[in-house]
Amino acid sequence: MEADLIRQPAAVLGDAIAAREVSAREVTKAHLDRIAQVDDRVHAFLYVDTDGALAAADAVDAEIAEGIRRSPLAGVPLALKDVLAMKGVPTTCGSRILEGWRPPYDATVVERLRAAGVIILGKTNMDEFAMGSSTEHSAYGPTHNPWDLERIPGGSGGGSAAAIASFEAPLAIGTDTGGSIRQPAAVTGTVGVKPTYGGVSRFGLVALASSLDQAGPCTRTVMDAALLQSVIGGYDPRDSTSINAPVPDVVAAAERADVRGMRIGLVKELSGEGYQAGVEQRFREAVAILEDLGAEVVEVSCPHFDYALGAYYLILPSECSSNLARFDGMRYGLRVGDDADRSVEEVMSLTREAGFGAEVKRRIMLGTYALSSGYYAAYYGQAQKVRTLIQRDFAQAFADVDVLVSPTTPTTAFRIGEKVDDPLAMYLNDIATIPVNLAGNCAMSLPVGLAPEDGLPVGLQVMVPPQADDRLYLVGGALEAALRDRWGHLLIEEVPAL
Amino acid sequence: MSTVTPIPFDDAIATFDPVIGLEVHVELGTRTKMFCGCPTDFGAEPNTQVCPVCLGLPGSLPVANAKAIESIIRIGLALNCDIVEWCRMARKNYFYPDMPKDYQVSQYDEPICINGYLDVTVDTDEGPRVFRVDIERVHMEEDTGKLTHAGGATGRIHGADYSLVDYNRAGIPLVEIVTKPVVGTGALAPAVARAYVTELRDIMRGLGVSDVKMEEGSLRCDANVSLNRPGAEWGTRSETKNVNSLRSVERAVRSEIERQAAVLLAGDRVVQETRHLHEDTGVTTPGRSKEHAEDYRYFPEPDLVPIAPSREWVDELRATLPEQPSARRARLAQAWGISDFDMQALVHAGVLDLVEESVAAGVAPEAARKWWGGELTRVANERGVDVATLSVSHGDILRVEELIASGAINDKLARQVFEGVLAGEGAPDDVVTARGLAVVSDDGALLAAIDEALAAQPDVTEKIRSGKVQAAGAIVGAVMKSTRGQADAAKVRALLLERLGVSE
Amino acid sequence: MSAITRAEVAHLARLARLALAEDELDHYAQQLDVILQSVARVCEVAADDIPPTSHPMPLVNVFRPDEVAPSLTQEQALAAAPAVEDGRFRVPRILDEE
Ligand SMILES: [Mg+2]
Ligand SMILES: [Zn+2]
Repeated sequence: MEADLIRQPAAVLGDAIAAREVSAREVTKAHLDRIAQVDDRVHAFLYVDTDGALAAADAVDAEIAEGIRRSPLAGVPLALKDVLAMKGVPTTCGSRILEGWRPPYDATVVERLRAAGVIILGKTNMDEFAMGSSTEHSAYGPTHNPWDLERIPGGSGGGSAAAIASFEAPLAIGTDTGGSIRQPAAVTGTVGVKPTYGGVSRFGLVALASSLDQAGPCTRTVMDAALLQSVIGGYDPRDSTSINAPVPDVVAAAERADVRGMRIGLVKELSGEGYQAGVEQRFREAVAILEDLGAEVVEVSCPHFDYALGAYYLILPSECSSNLARFDGMRYGLRVGDDADRSVEEVMSLTREAGFGAEVKRRIMLGTYALSSGYYAAYYGQAQKVRTLIQRDFAQAFADVDVLVSPTTPTTAFRIGEKVDDPLAMYLNDIATIPVNLAGNCAMSLPVGLAPEDGLPVGLQVMVPPQADDRLYLVGGALEAALRDRWGHLLIEEVPAL
Repeated sequence: MSTVTPIPFDDAIATFDPVIGLEVHVELGTRTKMFCGCPTDFGAEPNTQVCPVCLGLPGSLPVANAKAIESIIRIGLALNCDIVEWCRMARKNYFYPDMPKDYQVSQYDEPICINGYLDVTVDTDEGPRVFRVDIERVHMEEDTGKLTHAGGATGRIHGADYSLVDYNRAGIPLVEIVTKPVVGTGALAPAVARAYVTELRDIMRGLGVSDVKMEEGSLRCDANVSLNRPGAEWGTRSETKNVNSLRSVERAVRSEIERQAAVLLAGDRVVQETRHLHEDTGVTTPGRSKEHAEDYRYFPEPDLVPIAPSREWVDELRATLPEQPSARRARLAQAWGISDFDMQALVHAGVLDLVEESVAAGVAPEAARKWWGGELTRVANERGVDVATLSVSHGDILRVEELIASGAINDKLARQVFEGVLAGEGAPDDVVTARGLAVVSDDGALLAAIDEALAAQPDVTEKIRSGKVQAAGAIVGAVMKSTRGQADAAKVRALLLERLGVSE
Repeated sequence: MSAITRAEVAHLARLARLALAEDELDHYAQQLDVILQSVARVCEVAADDIPPTSHPMPLVNVFRPDEVAPSLTQEQALAAAPAVEDGRFRVPRILDEE
């Protein structure tokens, strides 16, 4: 299998390593080589941990030699979004303010990856503190979409999605606060899952908006996503918001891949105005396939989804204005202006002014405003009520259907620089993904073809109730298999050579 | 702002009615911090009891300490509060370098305990009087780190060149107990404030939830004071921060009444501000007034889930409450055969626990009261320290009492024994030996001293001989003086009268 | 919703400890206004009888036992600090007392 080690799904690599057809070191080396070859153009990585990855691979190979297989993904390389703390490895969150910071601890997700024998190749680029939908807001420069290097790979986890789509890694971890896993997946022709809120520990995930953030898998196949979710998911006593219940059997569901008898709801509010024609077209074709596979498709209405974006852009800035307060130049990271004369207040203000980029400052200002006395009730308070209404919309819909579907994004990947100065236009990218975060549900984006007008990938979003993550994989697995039968390969195989 | 000369307390009270309010912070004595497993031991090397959570490192998350929640519910119950059925922690957002996250996890509009009260007793000329202090709320929060100010001349924050931060204390669970405004105390306001904090301290100690050591900062008090003319609207209040002894609570309230009265009588307005009490002078001075009103932007802490104590749990905790201090005082007063007034004196001196412990160690109640309430309290006041910190043990007191009972020393010598013990000269017996404090019981030596005194005062001698027995005191006094107190006065008197051949 | 003034932006910047440049004050005044106008729609829908949702999952009473876990060493705690003295984090002088 040597020649295309980098094009194999993680599940295949894991089995080959366990069967000693290939070593974890060879697989890791192949991906490190690929990064060396293409990442100057893609810029998916902020840091490549060559020594750490090879050492971890050797440890896995030694265990395999003794007949120990830690997990189906033991020995398989992974790219980690730079928003997760990894002991001793630079963690910047795409921000200047954390430049040079090496955490003294591992995030729970990282601990679990290590325990499963997954090889962490390095840290991937992202919009600063996960604020953005294009990865253009990284302090370290944009990541490029492998389908068209002039275009954005989505955001905030554009680095993770681009790493997958450019075959730099078969697996990646992203985080999704308003769509930061699903939107990059959609625009890069890959698979991304936002698990149920509380399904994956947030311990060690540098918080953007605590009540919305969730880490999840970025992969090229539905089965790989299931394998990865089952490695990172599950109860963690270090996260108070972690759900203390067994994780649904997502791997079994991905294997079953069956939608027969399932009722699927098309969300009326997530289509029409603002949605690109080719996106809607590919979406409808995919829905027709699901119907062919034995699902019943109906239209449902979630009237309060229209208010989701507004609520999101009050809740997120509010929480982030508080979460990002700690970056003050006192204990770690950047310190600016400490000339032995300036006061602590001045030094904090100069540090934050210099260390944060424009979008981060914009949202901190917005959140500070929304939480101030006099505005709290009108803004944050109202937004929390909208959250209740959106949860009720979902509950009502799921009383009638098993899953909901929509296009993941209104458009395909736009050009780098096109929307960077227009925050409102940028925010609209997440219009279809945000309701799930507000309600705490889980959702998946998977590729359903290329838009005829621009030849760029289109994603379909599947949404299910909280803690029904397995249902995502029944739909995703079935649709992926049907599309592969139709095309003779996965969509990602059509990505241009770099 | 101009400084005013305070007017005398009695004059202030003659013109104005004080309204006081007290906010007390109690550090809980849990083994670990509020939201992480770091230990809470006092006095560790700086920044050795810290972890990603209490250092506020990016990505870290809090998980609430069950014992702390249990403790605050027990405190609320002991203070006659309602325990709410559902509440949340909130974030109080403001930047300060002793706070690692630049927000404090606290409670805002949803405290866990509400609507309590505490009855406190203070002495008046007409005997003890009970005041009910209403408690508005008891809530849970986390402590901050400790700042040391370096450079500059004073070691204080003003004029310091820079500061150093130790985060060992950051995240230790704090319970904040806030009273409603206390009115109608008049001249007793300082005493009520002190009695309230004393009572709170005793309750915390009884519950075993905190070591409540004011000198180590595990109990800290902010005192609010305002004045108004009788019948008029309440005045503007000042807040004296971090008062750190019982005596200072009383002094802070008294000093603010004296100061504010002077301000008002001079026709000025009291400024709403925080003030600091100077332990040495007993006077408060203003903190730096804030250019901008703080806006803490409270919102529900999204990293923690709500607290919803079940009624079963609350009832279970209620069953663990110890005897209330007032009930305990009544019980002890009866056991020791003392009046309410005597008991109040012990409470006021802050020695009730000490007396009880001495009695438990075998000292007679009367003697334990005498020593703790008298000589030892006097020494502590003289030194300006809490009487409990004196280096004298209950065993020492027991031994001194044995020495008195055996006639080896008398009360007067016993004071010198305590002086020696407190000065680190060893156990009571060591002090007796080293200082040569034995009672002179040798009749010969006493008679020699008596003869010497008689010879020195022939006129007094004549008076006694002629039957004016009351004049004997002068000779007894002279003998006691010449023997440096080591004689038994009654014995001297008997020997003297015998010598002169007169009877009582 | 009234427009956000430059003075208001300056006040927010101080609360948020951002030393915004003069031109940024104008820029943010205008942008915050636009964003707030667009999100203000949330005020239209949510009636008084709708309870707010602060946490997506209805969990309560998540506690940990009062058991000691390992702390960092002093060296680890201070490793990333911009300035250190005497085992402590060194910070610039503090003007206002809390
Ligand atoms: Mg407080
Ligand atoms: Zn800690």
